[in-house]
Amino acid sequence: MFTIEILGKTYNSAAVFGQLLIGLINGSFYAMLSLGVAVIFGMLRIANFAHGAQYMLGAFVAWALLNLPELFPGSGLPSIGYWPSLILAPVIVGVVGMATERIFIRRVYDLDHAYGFLLTIGLAMMVEGLLHVRFGSAGLPYGTPKEFQGTFNLGFMFLPYYRAWVIVASIIICFGTWLLIERTRLGAYLRAATENPELVQAFGIDVPRMLMLTYALGVALAGLAGVMAAPIYQVSPQMGQNLIIIVFAVVVIGGMGSILGSIVSGFLLGLIEGLTKVVYPPGSTTVIFVFMALILLARPQGLMGRT
Amino acid sequence: MTEAEPHLTVRGLQAWYGESQALRGMDFVVRRGEVVTLLGRNGAGKTSTLRSIVGILRQRTGSVVFEGRETVGLKSNAIARLGIGYCPEERGIFASLTVEENLLLPPVVAPGGMTVAEIHDLFPNLRSRGRTPGTKLSGGEQQMLAIARILRTGARLLLLDEPTEGLAPVIVKAIGEVLRVLKQRGFTIVLVEQNFRFAATVADRHYVVDGGRVVAEMTNHEIAARQDELKTMLGV
Amino acid sequence: MSGKPSSTPAWLASPRARELAYLVGLAAAGALLPLVVYPTLAMKILYFGLFACAYNLLFGYLGLLAFGHAAFFGLASYVCAHLVTVVGLTPELGILAGTAAAAALGAVIGWLAIKRTGLYFAMITLALAQVVYFYLVQAPWSMGEDGIQTGPRGKLFGVISLADNTSMYVVTLVIFLAGFAIVNRAVNSPFGEVLTAIRDNEPRAVSLGYDTRRFKLLAFTLSAAISGLAGATKAIVLQLANLGDVHFSMSGEVLLAVLIGGIGTALGPIVGAAVLMTMFDALAKTGAWVQAIQGALFVGFVLLLRSGVVGTLSGLFARKTR
Repeated sequence: MFTIEILGKTYNSAAVFGQLLIGLINGSFYAMLSLGVAVIFGMLRIANFAHGAQYMLGAFVAWALLNLPELFPGSGLPSIGYWPSLILAPVIVGVVGMATERIFIRRVYDLDHAYGFLLTIGLAMMVEGLLHVRFGSAGLPYGTPKEFQGTFNLGFMFLPYYRAWVIVASIIICFGTWLLIERTRLGAYLRAATENPELVQAFGIDVPRMLMLTYALGVALAGLAGVMAAPIYQVSPQMGQNLIIIVFAVVVIGGMGSILGSIVSGFLLGLIEGLTKVVYPPGSTTVIFVFMALILLARPQGLMGRT
Repeated sequence: MTEAEPHLTVRGLQAWYGESQALRGMDFVVRRGEVVTLLGRNGAGKTSTLRSIVGILRQRTGSVVFEGRETVGLKSNAIARLGIGYCPEERGIFASLTVEENLLLPPVVAPGGMTVAEIHDLFPNLRSRGRTPGTKLSGGEQQMLAIARILRTGARLLLLDEPTEGLAPVIVKAIGEVLRVLKQRGFTIVLVEQNFRFAATVADRHYVVDGGRVVAEMTNHEIAARQDELKTMLGV
Repeated sequence: MSGKPSSTPAWLASPRARELAYLVGLAAAGALLPLVVYPTLAMKILYFGLFACAYNLLFGYLGLLAFGHAAFFGLASYVCAHLVTVVGLTPELGILAGTAAAAALGAVIGWLAIKRTGLYFAMITLALAQVVYFYLVQAPWSMGEDGIQTGPRGKLFGVISLADNTSMYVVTLVIFLAGFAIVNRAVNSPFGEVLTAIRDNEPRAVSLGYDTRRFKLLAFTLSAAISGLAGATKAIVLQLANLGDVHFSMSGEVLLAVLIGGIGTALGPIVGAAVLMTMFDALAKTGAWVQAIQGALFVGFVLLLRSGVVGTLSGLFARKTR
């Protein structure tokens, strides 16, 4: 073991690397979630405050799929495990998102931004409240999939296989989404519709339907992050509540609506948070917000915002 | 010139932006394979006419029949799918898309559109610029791109809104060439113009628009004889 | 906004007269309120109504969606409870100190936040309020999860005991009326006209020569101070300052009260506060349903009744009398 000097003080390298690794794991979730928020804001101009609840919903659906026999005794339904849930839960959450866009979100496109914000806050509270009524606030356990039971010995800490998988999967998901938007024809439609939806529609594309699918995509990403979070954090109705505030800060830091910005600042802020836990532990809960205020003062468009 | 069937028939078209009325009963006909211009001063209703035909301007009444189908009441994406290509004022090139993405953006709505190779033959400037962001092209090139991208889709009627605006004379001339080639290929074209001298080099007939309605119609042959009258109407 | 000339009787035509009428009306309603609901709930309606009026000054009249007003309400509550308990200040001094702390915090947060508008403004206020929240979670003097229990309410000016609910209620009502009068005066003064001018078209207000940033900062600080007044009063009334006072859900609740009552109306926030507090009280035993219902109210009012109860009623009234 060796020591590391930060700002004139010496720290145990194991502690530093350990916290950085935890930061990277948290950052994986920040990145996946802020990515979805950025996609939705970029295309729909809706600040989707329900994103935390939709993440929670992903975890809950995975939990429910696993516990189908107990939830519906006598129905003969099978227990559906982690791997199928990784596909199924985001699809289910995405479909819920589609319905949400159709029934609620679409009615506020033409109103002031504030109303989209208030509407999605309300939706989040409804979902969180109802699940709280039904399942209580205690965390529900979700076991680590058996393929991932075990740890790597990194010398400075033990890294559970599952958490390593989360980091890798998150990078793949973020990169994949970025490719989808920046490099495919579908992505070109989305980017064009962000600039000039009227013209894109006049070329023959059903823009309202595209917006609905974009919302569903963003929401499905939140659901996917939720499934991945289930084995790490406890599954509870409130699990997305504090997270969504951090995620919004991340999105603002990255540059509202910038896909790449939200990914980069997601991982970056996870690491910064981890480092703060070493250097000044009481500051770890607030460092992201302070960072956001500083960024907005120095560079109002965010790290990677365009205008 | 033979009397071909009407390709686009506009009757009593009225349109509003909120409270203010932009069109007060436009009436005109475009026959298959014709190039027709809408001439008129700023604010006469030329652009609003095109926007109403493609359905971007939704508050509209009256009748627009394209290939025998009524389109007032349809959404713009459905209208485009019938085979109408629209090149907007200010060109509408997307900044966040490359030249190639801009070119390939409008979906193919019918068979018989031009191939990318044919388009590149018509607009050689665009050939090697595929990776360039759309708005990094020069104004003339952007105009070429804006026209080029609606040639792929199989649209048979092209609506072009001031394609020569703000461009150097040599480019205006090149665009004139392009329009003549497109006419030869059988496209029907409605051209919005302020510059009647340019219009006279490409069009078969002209409608003069003022106050949201058609106030005069003339063939290209008449334009020389009625130049003074035209100048008064256009305020030039 | 509301208040079309045609709907207003002549004697109510001047803003001054209307302000006075509101005050008299509210004083009378305030005197009758304890006959309808039990005293603690009545006091909750008053301090929360004042909080909502303060918030409405910013959201309704300046058009800025702040999402961190819990910081001002909560900090004032904590400062007041702390000073009353540890230093032994009399209630009115505790309330003044809490209000001053909220004003100071408002000046700092406002200075940062008004550099931006729209969603960014909402995000900055939310982020900075989270900083205040986590500070109070960790600070040794705020007593963590338990919060500060102040014990007996003490004596106003060292003389009048607030132990019984009647005297406490009268004091709360006076504070409420004073706060309401200040907000209402600010809104109806030339200052308030500049605020609405900024809301409707800021570049135009700038071109008319107004230093809009100064007006925004003043309004923000005033709004924070009155929010603090409400929060500090809460600490005395309930003999408690706790993390619920600074939690972001408190920011959501005050926003919801204004939305329910009517954004940018004088009386709307009070109506909204009354609805919300009565609902919380009635649903206290049902636990989590409260959150779901609150959410449904947000959704319902955003989609169906954007001008709120008071805004909608005065709109109807104006149409009928036209």
